[in-house]
Amino acid sequence: MATAQQTMHTYEVMGGQSLKAALAKAERRNKIRAFMLVVPLLVFIAFAFLAPIVRMMYFSFENPVIVETFPKTVAALADWDPTGAPTPPEEVYAVLAEEISRAAKDRSIGKAATRLNYDKGGMRSLMTKTGRRVSRMQAGPFMDGKWKEAFLKISKKWGDRDVWVTIKDAGRRYTPSYYLKALDFRRNAEGDIVPEPESRQLYLLTGMDSVWVRTFWISALVTILCVLLGYPVAYLLANLPLRYSNLLMILVLLPFWTSLLVRTTAWVVVLQTEGVLNDVLMFLNIIDERIQLIFNRFGVLVAMTHILLPFMILPIYSVMKNIPPSYERAARSLGATPWTAFWRVYFPQSLAGIGAGGLLVFILALGYYITPALVGGPTDQMVSYFIADHTNRSLNWGLASALGGILLVGVLAVYILYDKVVGIDNMKLG
Amino acid sequence: MAKILVYALLFVCLVVAVRASIKGLRNLPPYVGSLGRSWYIGFRVICGAILVFLIMPILVIIPLSFNSEPYFTYPMPGFSLRWYEDFFVGEQSKVWHLAIKNSVIVAIFATLIATALGTIAAVGLSNARLPGKTFLMGLLISPMIVPLVITAVGMYFFYSLIGFTPRQLSEIWSGLHLLPVILAHAALGTPFVVITVTATLVGFDQSLTRASASLGADGLRTFFKVTVPLVLPGMISGALFAFITSFDEVVVVLFLAGIEEYTIPRRMFAGIREQISPTILAVATILVLLSILLLTALELLRRRNERMRGMTPA
Repeated sequence: MATAQQTMHTYEVMGGQSLKAALAKAERRNKIRAFMLVVPLLVFIAFAFLAPIVRMMYFSFENPVIVETFPKTVAALADWDPTGAPTPPEEVYAVLAEEISRAAKDRSIGKAATRLNYDKGGMRSLMTKTGRRVSRMQAGPFMDGKWKEAFLKISKKWGDRDVWVTIKDAGRRYTPSYYLKALDFRRNAEGDIVPEPESRQLYLLTGMDSVWVRTFWISALVTILCVLLGYPVAYLLANLPLRYSNLLMILVLLPFWTSLLVRTTAWVVVLQTEGVLNDVLMFLNIIDERIQLIFNRFGVLVAMTHILLPFMILPIYSVMKNIPPSYERAARSLGATPWTAFWRVYFPQSLAGIGAGGLLVFILALGYYITPALVGGPTDQMVSYFIADHTNRSLNWGLASALGGILLVGVLAVYILYDKVVGIDNMKLG
Repeated sequence: MAKILVYALLFVCLVVAVRASIKGLRNLPPYVGSLGRSWYIGFRVICGAILVFLIMPILVIIPLSFNSEPYFTYPMPGFSLRWYEDFFVGEQSKVWHLAIKNSVIVAIFATLIATALGTIAAVGLSNARLPGKTFLMGLLISPMIVPLVITAVGMYFFYSLIGFTPRQLSEIWSGLHLLPVILAHAALGTPFVVITVTATLVGFDQSLTRASASLGADGLRTFFKVTVPLVLPGMISGALFAFITSFDEVVVVLFLAGIEEYTIPRRMFAGIREQISPTILAVATILVLLSILLLTALELLRRRNERMRGMTPA
């Protein structure tokens, strides 16, 4: 794409320098030009997409509220060893009294109280109540040396080791506590990482029904279902004469191009208790009373498999299209049974398609939110639901970010695997 | 009586499937035994069932959108256009029209940004000598891979921190309130444009641009007169992907649009959450028609592309 002037310029250079140097220079200019073309999109993606995600990851361990609202208390608590005395010394109470009354006056206490409440239920009311009472006391008679007594009079909880451990822990500017919480762990008074007691595991249960296991399990099941349903269809499409396969391809592509919400709506209409499928089953006397097909795991699996199936069929199809039929025929002519010929000769060649489709479906399934939210029950929600929930309702951005961070790591791991197995350059659409 | 009809219908479907398979049997090599032949029929019936599974839900809702009663069961008591009336001129139509307006504005601007940036970047990316190409490609495609909730929530946090929210933007100028959603959708649409245009550029003859340069055209002129016409099919199909992605996207809208800003998917989302009204089925039917149009456009583009590259049309 060099202009006429540039070409002239190159000749001059060639006159002065060796051909090798001129070529290297031209090559470098070529590289820079190619890179400059990518720059606008790179800048845009960096601002509109990467910066938000990086900031979100920062949210997941950044923890400024307590250390900024109660800086002196946090500093004083640093010397207190929770494994020793059950409560900190009198000076800490005095410092907290000063800071909590100031926070109550400038109303910054609300945020701090909410933040502490994430770690330990009941902290919000304790903090606001204490703030109110202490600021009244400060206006009253001289209290030096009697703060601990006063605090304990406001609430017995101030003699509780756990309350102080919570404040001490929440006072770190950077904390792993959101990640611990996301995985249902916490730090005990000794600073060890232990699993949350079952009663405190709000949404995220450890063990087999944990949201993480559930997310992985639903995604894996959907992927397997897509392979089982997608492989035969892809095989049929790849082996039919073109005029039939093009016609049948429409049946795959139309759902692919149809709005996700339209398809979800359709499944709600088909699966609901007063819906089409129940009608048909009742009508044919297959069932005696209407069965629950939606707002449970079955509905989620059916709808997600339906939505993701084209993402499986298309990559397998494009791989199968390039498998020469002569190999299978050769196997047959050498005496293999149809099953052996398929399993030992054809199937291994189509594995690349299953890998590509499977990883793609799995990646997409991991992050599903809308479909489980609309056709699933409360115990079918995946991680994405809890990220949205903590962002919107409990406003615990740190926890939402930590959940997002773990999900993102999982997805990126599969993405890297995808790149190794399939290659990002080979990603095809439609 | 009706029961017999349904059974008859099912029977006819089965007969059609089996007959179609039997017709295909003639093309089988003569050495295939009877077991092979029955497996052949069985396989086709299974595939037919899967294809029915794929298309059925979409087909089921289309007739129901013409139901005269607000129920979702067959047989329908009567035929009526009342739900379409609801959508186009009825009481609720204002809300829907606003949603259409928002959806179209967002999708058009997002598509324009994504197509322009994506095409230029794809031209750069298809240069074989570009260093770090795989990394760049992986980075630019990542908006497609990262779960939508993470993208949406991250943008929600980030934009509210830097004062880039619908409310603050509309204080500057009232037309800016959709800007966060537009930028987000543009980011989500770029991978599709990059992928489709890069695919068109595979095997792109670089000597064409050199020929253009040797004839005295500058870089810009070469780009618009030589490169763009050749990658146009890829550009358009990428743009269609970007458009439909934006038009169909709801998670980002839920987080980044103002509370009162509705798009079509957001309206539908709210509608399904409460109680599905037949009006939603009418909207769904219109959206299915839209996807059929898009699909047709893409197929025509694909054929044109293959013709231009001298391949045999499929």
